[in-house]
Amino acid sequence: MTRRVVITGMGCVTPVGHDVETMWRAVLDCRSGVRPTALFDTSTFPSTFSAQVTDYALPAALAADKRHAHARRHTQFALGAATQAWAASGLGASDAFDPARTGIYMGSGEGSLDFDNFTSLMIDAWTEAGRLDTARWGALAFDRMNVHREQEQEANMVVTHLAAALRVRGPAFNILTACAASTQAIGEAAMMLRRGDADAMVTGGAHSMIHPYGLTGFIRLTALSRRNDEIPTASRPFDLTRDGFVLGEGSSVLILEDYEFARRRGATILAEVIGYGSSADAFRITDQDPEGDGAAAGMRAALADAGVAPSDIDYVSAHGTATKQNDAVETRAIKAVFGDHAPKVPVSSVKGVLGHLIAAAGATELITCILALRDQVVPPTAHLNTPDPECDLDYVPNRPRPAALRTVMSNSFGFGGQNNTLIIRKI
Amino acid sequence: MTDRRVVITGVGVVTAGGVGAEAFFAGLLARSQHVRAIDLFDATTFPCRIGAQLDDFSARPYVPRSYRKAVKVMARDIEIAVAAADLAVLDAALVTAGIDDGEPNVDSARVGCNIGAGLICPDLDELGAAVNTAVVDGQFDFKMWGREGMANLTPLWLLKYLPNMLACHVTIIHQAKGPSNTITCGEVSGHLAVGEASRTVARGGADLAIAGGAESKLNPMGLLRQGLLGRLTTTGNDAPAGACRPFDADHAGTVVGEGGGLLIVEDRDRAVGRGARVYAEVAGFAAACDPDGTDYTRPHAGGLAPAVAGALAEAGIAPGEIDLVIPNGTGVPAEDVAEADALKQALGDRADGVPVVPLTGGIGDLFAGAGGAQLAAGAIALARQTIPPAVNGENPDPACGLNLPAAPIETELRHVLCAAVTPGGQSAAIVLKRHEP
Repeated sequence: MTRRVVITGMGCVTPVGHDVETMWRAVLDCRSGVRPTALFDTSTFPSTFSAQVTDYALPAALAADKRHAHARRHTQFALGAATQAWAASGLGASDAFDPARTGIYMGSGEGSLDFDNFTSLMIDAWTEAGRLDTARWGALAFDRMNVHREQEQEANMVVTHLAAALRVRGPAFNILTACAASTQAIGEAAMMLRRGDADAMVTGGAHSMIHPYGLTGFIRLTALSRRNDEIPTASRPFDLTRDGFVLGEGSSVLILEDYEFARRRGATILAEVIGYGSSADAFRITDQDPEGDGAAAGMRAALADAGVAPSDIDYVSAHGTATKQNDAVETRAIKAVFGDHAPKVPVSSVKGVLGHLIAAAGATELITCILALRDQVVPPTAHLNTPDPECDLDYVPNRPRPAALRTVMSNSFGFGGQNNTLIIRKI
Repeated sequence: MTDRRVVITGVGVVTAGGVGAEAFFAGLLARSQHVRAIDLFDATTFPCRIGAQLDDFSARPYVPRSYRKAVKVMARDIEIAVAAADLAVLDAALVTAGIDDGEPNVDSARVGCNIGAGLICPDLDELGAAVNTAVVDGQFDFKMWGREGMANLTPLWLLKYLPNMLACHVTIIHQAKGPSNTITCGEVSGHLAVGEASRTVARGGADLAIAGGAESKLNPMGLLRQGLLGRLTTTGNDAPAGACRPFDADHAGTVVGEGGGLLIVEDRDRAVGRGARVYAEVAGFAAACDPDGTDYTRPHAGGLAPAVAGALAEAGIAPGEIDLVIPNGTGVPAEDVAEADALKQALGDRADGVPVVPLTGGIGDLFAGAGGAQLAAGAIALARQTIPPAVNGENPDPACGLNLPAAPIETELRHVLCAAVTPGGQSAAIVLKRHEP
């Protein structure tokens, strides 16, 4: 018999709260975390706003620990989220805790470039011929750039800091499948627990792309909302007037455990992870498969893994980015998978409130699914006022809805066609 | 592995020491040295200005005709992965949608893809050309950047640098629609990718997968970052071919290479059923980490011994049954010593005698690409029952105390251990086993 996998702790640092309950309240109240970008001057950018984490400081014990002195912004978010989840799980304080049997599987992004120094070097070593003089660049760079500032950009550094903070020694992975990363990380962490590779896994995501080149990259892709005159309501999943996603940042971390291990040590079990599916669109780097075949394949794989039928799903937490393409394609894919049941299953996106946390989005959304199970309420889709004929499911607009929830599905789809779906169940 | 057994049926390698399985292994057997002065860009002011670069390399010959125009949005890391995937698929006698001739003989939905990737550096000429349109009084001007500067970047600019684009292009070209992942975990990325893909196949999540890693740090940012960490040799610039000396008494730092390897990992029954050539079986995989990895300017290999022990345990073998070790072997003195200590801890007495063959001396440090190349070398060695020699290891460092073979050895090879560790403290190990039909 395969091992069962349960969730025993969760924590987050998001644009609408630096802990789970505050974030959840904002999601239920449709209180938007989208504001003018204050981290740098975006006043002339085509999109001037984002969902930033504001007024966040590392917990005192971590701030005083010099091992984390060079942690970048997203790593600081992850440290906060992970220590909340760890404390909630009670694992570290338990006699059952074995560092070698506790692993980490994160979907975290790269750290941001050392913008000022990186950019000034490209200016100071530029030639009349319109290209970089790399010899001059090299002569300047070794004095100007800093080893910590560079190394902390490596995508495995979040995992490194979490291992240091929690003193764990088990298997450690970091993956980066764009916007699907943390959903995939949780799914793969669950597979490792099922297989017996560890007793417990620290898993989730962390990312901040709210830096000048990150914002630029998404603006050039025309992926972002440009509703500069209606900033708080700019992220409008499934609404006819949606015009792109809102870039967010943050981290969410969960503690997953082998069910028998968690039960024996008397842990509080929040939910069970019963299904995981992964697929690739294999379509285009710029566009989703318009029929949603890849997204549907991921959902079907998760249903098969869980051994449940579409009619068993009580709620779908959509990827729902508020881009024209995603929301229509996702709707099509849900209809293809759910068939007759599609009009009956509530589907919502919390990105109207949170923005798009990129690699951290899926883990944050899974936390909202766990809270939906706890409180027996479907979180609403904020800012959905004008129905789109192409998006004709029940999106639970603007107001939370009490409902009997037992089994819920969470979708994440990444740029380039990475599709990942999780299914969790109330225990 | 539980459930289904998993074997390697195809090898695609892109390194300075050879492109394709044959050329790569021939280079290893010939003990060829490929580190030389960097001329991809002017590196004359860099403290380390040597590397193992791919000459005249382009993914174009490895891309189906219908997809060639996409090559222009591929960063070098992506081009390496695309080429390695094509080579691996052909080597495994698979016909995918990415192969111009022949009818596909795979079910797209059952083909996975799991590629280890690094932090891809933007092309500084391309980004610099845009940045320098937004300069006022020698300073970057945000307002000008927003108004006009950023529009000078091609709309798809970001997509050249997302690490998952290696796997995205490969899955599009080969229509691999099964489970797909991108592992970004430094030097262990390739090992983790092959380990995870093997488990996906073992549990029936896919019938086969394209798995491994690719990276190029042969650019100014890559050289800078490794230089700032103090990992690169600064004494070998005048004698580049012998500059990188893993586990040798004269080791003085590593050199940057570029490349990688992608393997076809396949359900054994399927492979045997289709009459595929089998290089080796994936017999054991484990990973572990060191909680002191935040101190990355000093080497930590605390996770390596448990990872190796875990891989041996899963393979069900004793250290004495390992006949070849292909390690990280960077040539950074303190890293070499830490790695040798970890191998001794995990392998006991066997660490004194077993041949240890680092690839870095000849082809440079491939970072996320290293695991794929190491596993490719191990798989070919098992298939040919031949141990390649170590490059630049004539005078083994007594502080490491490893057996670095000076010439190829034809012998009975039962198991090969491939292992690696990152400066951030993550480790992984894979045991490959001779395939017995």
